[in-house]
Amino acid sequence: MNIRQLFSHLLVNRKARLGLCIVGFFVLVSLAGQWFVPDPTDFVAMPHQPPSAEHWLGTTGQGQDVLAQTVAGTRTTLMVGFAAGFLVVLIGAVIGGVAGYLGGRTDDLLSLLINVFMIMPGLPLMVVLAAWLPPGPLTILAVLVLTGWAWNARVLRAQTLSLSQRDFVLAAKVSGESPLRIVSAEILPNMLSLMTSSFIGATIYAIGAQVGLEFLGLGDISKVTWGTNLYWASNDSALLLGSWWTFVPTGFCIALLGFGLTLVNFGVDEIANPRLATESLWVRKLKKHATVDGSTPVVKGGVA
Amino acid sequence: MNRSIEYLLRRLGFYTLAAWIAVTLNFLIPRLMPGDPAQIMFARFKGEMSPESIGALRETFGISDAPLWGQYFTYLKHLLRGDMGISVSNFPEPVINVIASGLLWSIFLAGSALVISFFIGTSLGALAAWRRGGFLDSVTPPLLALLGAFPYFWMAMLTLFVFGFGLGWFPLWHAYPEGTSPGFNLPFLFGALYHATLPAATMVIASLGGWMLAMRNTMVGILGSDYITYARARGLPPRQVLIRYAARNALLPNITGFGMALGFVLGGALLTEIIFSYPGQGYLLLQAVRAQDYPLMQGLFLTITLAVLGANWLVDIATLILDPRTRR
Repeated sequence: MNIRQLFSHLLVNRKARLGLCIVGFFVLVSLAGQWFVPDPTDFVAMPHQPPSAEHWLGTTGQGQDVLAQTVAGTRTTLMVGFAAGFLVVLIGAVIGGVAGYLGGRTDDLLSLLINVFMIMPGLPLMVVLAAWLPPGPLTILAVLVLTGWAWNARVLRAQTLSLSQRDFVLAAKVSGESPLRIVSAEILPNMLSLMTSSFIGATIYAIGAQVGLEFLGLGDISKVTWGTNLYWASNDSALLLGSWWTFVPTGFCIALLGFGLTLVNFGVDEIANPRLATESLWVRKLKKHATVDGSTPVVKGGVA
Repeated sequence: MNRSIEYLLRRLGFYTLAAWIAVTLNFLIPRLMPGDPAQIMFARFKGEMSPESIGALRETFGISDAPLWGQYFTYLKHLLRGDMGISVSNFPEPVINVIASGLLWSIFLAGSALVISFFIGTSLGALAAWRRGGFLDSVTPPLLALLGAFPYFWMAMLTLFVFGFGLGWFPLWHAYPEGTSPGFNLPFLFGALYHATLPAATMVIASLGGWMLAMRNTMVGILGSDYITYARARGLPPRQVLIRYAARNALLPNITGFGMALGFVLGGALLTEIIFSYPGQGYLLLQAVRAQDYPLMQGLFLTITLAVLGANWLVDIATLILDPRTRR
């Protein structure tokens, strides 16, 4: 299965289509949103104003427009999130792939490294790294990748290990194919759906962690991102002054985006594992014909 | 028995290696960063301190012009004596004392949240598997997935806003009421419990789903095995089959998860403490970040990592005792 096929399958799947719509909406907002809202850093009104006709989501503690800040924050947040998701999977695939394919000493050593990075508590390490590096989106990206690659490396290593024992890979080995070709033509295409769902999972994680780090004040607080919006909300004591509108919209955006990405992931899972989709079809059919005594119900005509 | 000791020693070796890597990272991070660590660290003192006192500070923080190896051994030697340097923001208090001041609060908050969440989560998971497709099984997973989509610290903020600020049911900050003195007296103990309720509740809700799902999945597997069918066929009371036959065995993999969860819980607890201004490790971490107190930050990283590693080893021992199969 190549990427184009995967994508066309995704468009057919109902859950994935809704998910793609949500994610697509945020991508669109991040690209074009800034033309429709005022400059997010302008002081446009009195601070801590509740939502009104003029400022739909109210104003921040500095008197900036919350809607404009939320829209403008989408771009950096999404870019860092997707980039971190991509890099995490790339590094995970290289390290996990090498460990799983080569096996032996190399595998032992790389597995040890993976396990050490998995057991280290991520947040304190992220904080220490982000505090020493100069603040900015690139720092956040580097920190996320450095602390997040191990989980994916572990998953992809296990998959490579199991694939490299399959008959078709053994056949390719026996027929004298080069390792590079075996990995790129035999193993990688079979891992595409796993890597896609790893990428989506890593992106969700990266967005959450990024917002968390920036909320702590470890980002560049002069830039407008979802995380720094929350930082300023808490810094301007939004909680004590009751201005819920300064932090609620950002949280909903993060949750909606995460929800959309999760839906796409469900779709990817169903494509990679067609039994999941048919199973849910069966369950739906059987529920209608449920029996009281726990005997096996029979559906006339089966499941199409 | 010999094999289990060998296993424990091997795990201990792994944790020692992980600890050494953490210690070394802690040493290398400031020294590999662009710029002079001393200058970054003391930037906030610029103009307030004479060059001599900054020189003395450099000495105190173990940054010297000696070769890296020499610095590394000095650092290790200090660490073994429990000396993690001096906190910049609480000058001249040693980092270790600052950390110790918040340690008990963190363990109290994160520990009780973890235990409560584990207990409720595994019970719910067992029940969900027992009545597969029932109300609990079909309603809770999507609900928890939806809750999980919100960033954890944001949920905590909202909870504090609604229950602390809006309704005024819970205190907004700190770990015990003003006017009580820490010790064994009732106003303090009740006050501490009251103050911990809301933060602990957010942590429980955030981590409940994981335990529930894990327990449900193992339970489903175990409920399909022959000895459960046999126990049912013998006509044992369902409650007995559920608790003594199925749940007891399904608990084992979850206990292994307990160790892994510890790292996440401690990480999550950091954010909880920050939101609720709870005077534990997380609150200290935030103060360290805000005041650019690098020694304190690094000390916290090291303490938390070592705590997680140690707890994982204890979980290894517990698994060994609880699961007779690993002892063979």
